[in-house]
Amino acid sequence: MVSEQTVTSAQIWDWLEAVPDPEIPVISVVDLGIIRYVDVDSELVKVTITPTYSGCPAMSVIAMDIETELSKRGVSNLQLETKIAPAWTTDWLSEKGRARLEEYGIAPPQAAGGPERCPHCQSVKVDKVSQFGSTPCKAQWRCQDCLEPFDYFKCI
Amino acid sequence: MSGEINHLLEFLLRQGDNTLVLGHRTSEWCGVGPALEEDIALANTALDLIGQTQLWLGYAAEVEGKNRSANDLAFLRDPYDFRNVLMMEVPNEDFGRTLMRQFLFDAFQVPWLTELQNSTNQRVSEIAAKSLKEALYHLERSRETVIALGDGTEESNKRMQATLDYLWPYTGELFGEDTTDQAMSAQGIAPVPSTLKNAWKTLVSRAFSEAYLKAPESDFAHSGGRTGFRHTEHLGHMLATMQTLQRSYPGATW
Repeated sequence: MVSEQTVTSAQIWDWLEAVPDPEIPVISVVDLGIIRYVDVDSELVKVTITPTYSGCPAMSVIAMDIETELSKRGVSNLQLETKIAPAWTTDWLSEKGRARLEEYGIAPPQAAGGPERCPHCQSVKVDKVSQFGSTPCKAQWRCQDCLEPFDYFKCI
Repeated sequence: MSGEINHLLEFLLRQGDNTLVLGHRTSEWCGVGPALEEDIALANTALDLIGQTQLWLGYAAEVEGKNRSANDLAFLRDPYDFRNVLMMEVPNEDFGRTLMRQFLFDAFQVPWLTELQNSTNQRVSEIAAKSLKEALYHLERSRETVIALGDGTEESNKRMQATLDYLWPYTGELFGEDTTDQAMSAQGIAPVPSTLKNAWKTLVSRAFSEAYLKAPESDFAHSGGRTGFRHTEHLGHMLATMQTLQRSYPGATW
């Protein structure tokens, strides 16, 4: 347990690295780029998050997970704020996050609007199956070489 | 309450009720879509629309100042309090009508939200910027699907033409102009929707020519939804389903 007076925002950022995205558990909420600010003002820790998609049902779980993790670390005076502007963009995914997505089998977003390659066999011969996928942030693609379907993290 | 606040509230209800009613209609496809991928796409589209509704109606509830929430506005208002355009509430009928309606709305919503990003009201501009990203994505799909079905088989073309003929008279209401629209325009909060009609017509006409479909020439427009003057009989039935839980068990949560 850490006395709250000694908590720094850098520490909070570190701890938030331990909070996974509930739907894509290989990346943290920090990698996802939804933690916008961490402000520490004496006893009060203020964390500002931004939603990925306006209706993403994972947001309330994410807020709960952040509260649980920080309270485990001894932060009791936590204020969670949601901010929609500037709107979240996949540009805010960290490099580490992008690499982990690919290892996990999800092609990371590309400005070109489609995956660069199949996350399973690296073939560049890929087809779109559907513009939407298993969560609001993903689309369904398939590989013409290994024939495996895969998720693509939509670029917005 | 000053007249100014009333107009802003009306404006916000129009935005939120459009996305709420279309979002609910779209969610009716959940589990019964024509293919797994389409089912997922429809459910995701509905989710985006309901998310946008939370933003619009959340702000509307604040502006109203009666200590109500977005949920209260969605689940505890009666049909005549709704401010969506009538096109949103007509039944889904089939996949073709659902996607045609989505396209006709998306083609309006994209230029509309683009304009609203420049609103003098910061909240409006923030909600518009967030919603626009989703609307652009929806437009990409609804446009492609309308073209694929129009330029598909004889049967799919026939059904898409019939659905376009049916929905067309409902599109005029998107471009209404009344005292609320004028008040929003005077305050720089939103342009008068009728100013977007040409941009919309160009966008939809281009898609229809690729889809081998012909838009009716008549400018006749059904109206009464966005003013709340007269909704179709369909809205009451839809709300009876949508609101049943909160009406039967007020305040229920899970």
